[in-house]
Amino acid sequence: MSTRVQTQGRLINRDRPVSFKFNGTLMKGYQGDTLASALLANDQMLMGRSFKYHRPRGVVASGSEEPNALVNLGEGNRFEPNQRATTTEIFHGLTATSQNHWPTLNYDVGVVNNVLARFLSAGFYYKMFIHPRPFWKHIYEPFIRHSAGLGKAPDAEARDADRYEHFYAFTDVLVIGGGVAGLQSALTAARAGAKVLLLEQTAHLGGRAPVDGGTIDGMEPEAWVEKARAELATLPNAQIRTRTMGAGVYDHGYVLGYERLTDHAPEVAGPRHRLWRIRAQQIITATGAIERPLSFAGNDIPGVMLASAVRDYLVNYGVSPGDRTVVVTNNDDAYRTAIALVQAGLKVPAILDARPEGGGALMDEAKALGIRVETGAAAVKVKGAKRVHSVCRGVQAGEGEVLEEIFCDAVAMSGGWSPVVHLWSHCGGKLTWDADQAAFRPDHTRAPTSHDGQPFVIPSGAADGAFHLSDVLQSAATAGQTAATRVDAEAGDAAAPSATAPDEAPLVPVWMMPQGAQKKLRMKAWLDYQNDVKVSDVQLAAQEGFESVEHTKRYTTLGMATDQGKLSNINGLATLAHALDAEIPQVGTTTFRPPYTPISMGAIAGEARGEIFQPIRKTPMHAWHEANGAHWEPVGHWRRPYAFLREGESVHDAVNREVLATRNSLGLLDASTLGKIIVKGPDAGKFLDMLYTNMMSTLKPGKCRYGLMCTENGFLTDDGVVARIDEDTFLCHTTTGGADRIHAHMEEWLQTEWWDWKVWTVNATEQFAQVAVVGPNARKLLEKLGGMDVSKEALAFMEWKDGELGGFPVRAYRISFSGELSYEIAVPANLGRAFWDKLIEAGKEWDITPYGTEALHIMRAEKGFIMIGDETDGTVIPHDLGLNWAISKKKEDYIGKRAQARSHMTDPKRWKLVGLETLDGSVLKDGAYAIAEGTNENGQTNTQGRVTSTYHSPTLNKGIAMGLVLNGPDRMGEVISFTNGDNPAKKARIVSPVFFDPDGEKQNV
Amino acid sequence: MSDVALALDGASFEGLVKIEELAGQGMVTLRGNLTDKAIVKAVKDVFGVSLPGTRETAFEGDTGALWMSPDEALLLCAYDAAQAKADDLAAKLAGSHALVVNVSDARAVFQLKGSMLREVIAKLAPVDMSPDVFKPGAVRRTRMAQVAAAFWMDDASTARVVCFRSVAEYMFNLLSTAADDSSAVNHFTR
Amino acid sequence: MLLITCPYCGVAAEETELHGGGEAHLKRFGPESSDDDFTGYLFHRENPKGVHFERWRHVNGCGKWFHAARCTNTLEVFGTYSAQTTEPPKDILDTIRAKRPGFKWRDIA
Repeated sequence: MSTRVQTQGRLINRDRPVSFKFNGTLMKGYQGDTLASALLANDQMLMGRSFKYHRPRGVVASGSEEPNALVNLGEGNRFEPNQRATTTEIFHGLTATSQNHWPTLNYDVGVVNNVLARFLSAGFYYKMFIHPRPFWKHIYEPFIRHSAGLGKAPDAEARDADRYEHFYAFTDVLVIGGGVAGLQSALTAARAGAKVLLLEQTAHLGGRAPVDGGTIDGMEPEAWVEKARAELATLPNAQIRTRTMGAGVYDHGYVLGYERLTDHAPEVAGPRHRLWRIRAQQIITATGAIERPLSFAGNDIPGVMLASAVRDYLVNYGVSPGDRTVVVTNNDDAYRTAIALVQAGLKVPAILDARPEGGGALMDEAKALGIRVETGAAAVKVKGAKRVHSVCRGVQAGEGEVLEEIFCDAVAMSGGWSPVVHLWSHCGGKLTWDADQAAFRPDHTRAPTSHDGQPFVIPSGAADGAFHLSDVLQSAATAGQTAATRVDAEAGDAAAPSATAPDEAPLVPVWMMPQGAQKKLRMKAWLDYQNDVKVSDVQLAAQEGFESVEHTKRYTTLGMATDQGKLSNINGLATLAHALDAEIPQVGTTTFRPPYTPISMGAIAGEARGEIFQPIRKTPMHAWHEANGAHWEPVGHWRRPYAFLREGESVHDAVNREVLATRNSLGLLDASTLGKIIVKGPDAGKFLDMLYTNMMSTLKPGKCRYGLMCTENGFLTDDGVVARIDEDTFLCHTTTGGADRIHAHMEEWLQTEWWDWKVWTVNATEQFAQVAVVGPNARKLLEKLGGMDVSKEALAFMEWKDGELGGFPVRAYRISFSGELSYEIAVPANLGRAFWDKLIEAGKEWDITPYGTEALHIMRAEKGFIMIGDETDGTVIPHDLGLNWAISKKKEDYIGKRAQARSHMTDPKRWKLVGLETLDGSVLKDGAYAIAEGTNENGQTNTQGRVTSTYHSPTLNKGIAMGLVLNGPDRMGEVISFTNGDNPAKKARIVSPVFFDPDGEKQNV
Repeated sequence: MSDVALALDGASFEGLVKIEELAGQGMVTLRGNLTDKAIVKAVKDVFGVSLPGTRETAFEGDTGALWMSPDEALLLCAYDAAQAKADDLAAKLAGSHALVVNVSDARAVFQLKGSMLREVIAKLAPVDMSPDVFKPGAVRRTRMAQVAAAFWMDDASTARVVCFRSVAEYMFNLLSTAADDSSAVNHFTR
Repeated sequence: MLLITCPYCGVAAEETELHGGGEAHLKRFGPESSDDDFTGYLFHRENPKGVHFERWRHVNGCGKWFHAARCTNTLEVFGTYSAQTTEPPKDILDTIRAKRPGFKWRDIA
C-alpha cells in the first residue's frame, strides 16, 4: 500500500494538516501536498479510469506530464473537469471526484470495453461505423457521443465564479523554468545587466535538483537554490514569478505566461488566474526533461510509476507508493530511486536493468546498500488489477519467457529522459536526434528567429540535453550569457558554479521490453495512457500504411489527449520507426503546439466578462431611454432603442404607436450615433467628388445633399447627407455603423493614394448629440423653444443653419428620413441630455413621442428610402437600387466607377429594386426568395429575386416590402410568389417602392 | 453651463489607484503639419505651449498639447475655454492648411492617481509601462482592452486616460476592475 | 504575434494595434482603363513565400498607414517605410538583397 512515511517530505508542513474530499470521502493531507501526493498518502492509488477501455489507473508521474490522475475539481460555479492531481495543491475543503466511470471508480461497467479490447484496436471506429450508412446518424453517433469525452462538462447553468485578468510585460530576457538551470541562466543574464523575468510553473524553485542530489559550489542543491533566489531578489532588474507557467512561445518573442494565483488558496481575494502577455527579446527555455515510461505488458497497472515520480513523492512529500518497489530501468538515474527508497527503510526486491553490463557509480552504491541488481533483465509483465501484485522477470534480449515472479506493490520504471523541447519548438525551433541519450534535443543551428531575423530562443540545462549537474549549470550559464549579449547587455561572466554528481554510464535505448515481446504482451504494453494507445496499435497503423508520424498520430490518437503525449511521443515514434524499419530521426516528431499544458478559458478571456465583456457605446441620452422603456437593439457596439415600451404594450404595439404619432403629430429620435466626419481643405470638394458617386464640389455652403459611397469594386458601402459648412469645409454624415469605417476609408485614400491632396479629416461623431424632431408639428415645437428662425423661408428643405434653440447652441439640418417635416438638431454632446429633456417637456402639448429604430425603419420603407445593410449586402450597386439619379454623369472618376462598368455590373439581368405588396395584406418574410420556374442543376427551385426589407406599415395598415427582382421595374403590377418558410408560397404584387406620399408633400412644408 | 453633463457625472473609484472622471477638461483637435511655423506660432499664441515632439506632451499650467501623429495634436485647456480657443486658433490659421475642431464633448478623461498606476494601465494596454521606458512627458495612443485610448503621465503618480465619450462607462469599469485592491501584481514596485 | 515598428510614431507595435492592408504599391486604374489592367489592379495579388511588400495601418495608435517589407516565411521584418511612395526605398531594398540574395517580387529584384 502507499502511505505517508515518517521521514522526508521537504515540501510539506506536517504541522499544518489539511482535510479534503475525494469521491465523497474525507481525507487528510498536509499543507504543501499535491492532490496526488495526498491521495497516495491515503492509500488511494486508484485515481481514475482510462478513456477507452475504462482500465483502472493510478498516478504515473509527479508533475504536469501526468496522463492518468485527472479529476473533476470543485463544485457548482467552481467545477472544473480534467484537472491534474499532480499539479493541484491541496487546500482545506478541496473537493475532487474521479472521472470516466459509472457507477463508481471501483465498480465500473464501462470496463467491458477492456474485455473487448482486441476488437477495439486503432482505426476501429473508422472501420466499424461506416456501414450501413443510415446507422451512423441514428445508432452509432448517439452511442459514441454518450460514451465519449473525458471528464464531465460543467453544468449548463453554472457561471464561473472567479475573476481573471491579463498583464502586459516586457523584458530583455525571459527565463522559463525555475530549476537550477533557469536560476543560473537568470543569474548570468541579470548580473550582466539585462532585465530578466523568470517563470516557474510550480510553487517551488529548484526543479529536480534537490531531489536528485549532488552538490553545487559545495552546497546541497537546496541551499544553492535559496542562495540564487536571494541574489535575484536583490537585483532590481530581475523578477521571479512562481506558479506561472510559460504556456507558449509565439512570433517575435511573444510569450503567454499562465499565473495561478488562488487555485491553491481559494479563500484569498483577487483574480484566480492572470494571463501574462509577455514580449521578450530573448527567451531561455530551462524547462527540464521528462522521464519516459518503459513499454512492457501491464505498464499501466496502478502502482507502476515513473522512477523519478516515486522519488519525488518520497523526498518531496514523504509518501511511499509501496512497501516493496521493483525498479525497472535502462539507465543509471533510476538507481537514485532505489537508493532513496532503501535509505528511507523501504524494500527494493530487485532492480531490473535492461543493460547487459548494468550501470556505473550509482549501481555500485545500490549494490553496496544490499540491493539486488539483475542486468540484461526485463519486466516481461506486471501482474495485478487495481494494484500491482508482482513483476515477472525475464531477459531483455528474449521474447517473454518468465524466469521469476517478484512480488511487490509498486514498480518504478525509467526509459531515459527526454528534454522538454516544447517551448523551443512552438515557434519553429528544430530538433536534432541525440543517439547517446536516445532523445531529441534543440538544434542550436536552427533556432526560431524573430522580427530581426535573429535567433530568440535559447535552451538551457536538461531542456538542452545536458543531464549531468555540472553540464546543466554550464549550459545554463552559457545560455544566460548568450541572451545577455544578444540584448546588448554586457557580455558578463559565463562561469558556472562547480558541481559534483556521480558519473553515469550510458543508457541503452529500450522501446519494447522484452525486445522480442509476443503480440499478447504488446497488446498490454501502453504507450499513451490517456488515450489508451498500445504498442500494438502503432504497429497496426504502420502495417496499414499510416507511415507518416502525423497520420499515425491521428489514426491511433497517440498523443492527442489533454497531455498531448508528453510521456508517449518518443516511445510512440520509436515504435513506429521500428515497425517501418526506419531510423527515429527519419520518422521525426509531430508538431509541438502551445499551450504546454491546458490553460483556463477564464485566463484567455481575462477581464472581459459581465459588464466589461465588450464595450457598449452609449449616447448622451442613454439613461433617459433606459428609464423610459427602451427595448434595446445592438447596432455595432452601440445600443439604440428599438422602441419605447409603455406599460402593458408589446413591442409591435409600441412600434405602431410611434409611427402613427410621428406621422400625425410629433416624434423624436436620438440620432446621435450617426457618423459626423469633418472634411476640410482646398481639395476637400475634389476629394468628396471621388468619395461619393454624386457631385459634392458644387454644393453651396449652407446646403445639404444626400450622397452614396461605393468601394473600389463598385458596391454600395454607405450613404448619408453631406452639409457644406464653408468653402473649404464639409460635414459628412454616415450611417451608425459606418462612422469609424468611413473615416478609415477616407484616411486610407488620403494617406495612400492622394497624399498630395490638401485635405484633413476629423471624426467628430461623438462631439455632438443629434436629435431628429419629426412630424407635422416639428416646426411648432422649435418655434416654441425659440432662438432662431426655422421657417420654410429661413431654413428650407436640405439646408442647415447654426443658431440657438431654447438657449442651446445648435446646428439645425432640414433633412428627412421619414418623409415628414423634419429637423435634425446637433448640440454639444454634454448638453445632449438637457436638450432632449427640454424637447420632451416642450413637446407635451403635441403628445411628443420618442421613437426607436424600428419606427425609423418603417417610415423610411414607407417612403422607399434604402437602408445600408438591408437593401445592400456587399453585392449591390447603386444602379440596382434605382439610384442612378445620385450618380454623377459629369464626373470623370469616383471610387467604384470603373468597376461599375464591368460586364457583370452592366448586365441587364441584375435584380433591381421594387416595392412589393402581398395580395392578402400580410407581411412577407425577410430574405424570402421570389420563385421562378424550373429548377437549377442541383434540383433547387430557381429564383428571380429576394426581399430586402419587409414591415407591417401602420400608416397604410398592410404589409409592405422592398426587394430586388429580375427586370423588376419593368414588371409593375405583376404578381409573383415568394417563399414563406415551411408554409405555402405567398403572392405579392410588384409596385413602386414609394408607398407613401410619393410627391413629398409632407416634408416640403 | 449648468446643463453640462459628463458621460459619467464625475464618477470615481478608489483601489490600487484613485480613478476620477475629470470635469472641466477641454480638448481641441488640430490637424496640420506640426512643424509648420505658422501653426506652431498660432498654437503658442492661443494655448501658450510649443507643439511637442513625437509622442511627447507639453504643458503650461492648465493648457497643454499632446502629440497624436505627425499631423495631429490634441490641445488641452479648461473646458469652458475650449470653444473660444478653438475658434481663435482656427481664425489665426485661416491662411494655413489646418483643421481645428473642439472635441471636448467627444471624449471622456480619467485621472489615475497613485503609485500603482503603471500596473493598472499594463493590465489593459499592450504598452511597456516600465519606469525606465514610459515616463512623464510621454503620451501613448493605443488600445485599452477593446477600445482606442490615449494616456500620459503628468508626474510619477498621476496619469490621464482619454477615450471616446460613448465608451466612458466601459473604460471606467475596466480601470476600476484593473485597480481592484486585491489584484496587485507588484511588477513595477516590489 | 507580430511586432512591427511604425515609421511615423516609432512605436514597436504588436499586431493588436495594427490593421493589415494587403499588398503594397498597387497602381490604381480608373475609368477608361482596360479590363485587364483593372482586373489586375482590383484582384490579382502577389502571394510569395518569402519577401513581400505590404500595407499596414497603426490603427490603435497614430492612425498612419505605412509599408512593411516582410518575409512571409520566417516573418522577418526587413524594414518599414512611408506609405507615400510608389516603390520601396533603396535602403530597404539593399537590406533585403543582402539577406535574401536573388529575391524577386514583381519586377523588383
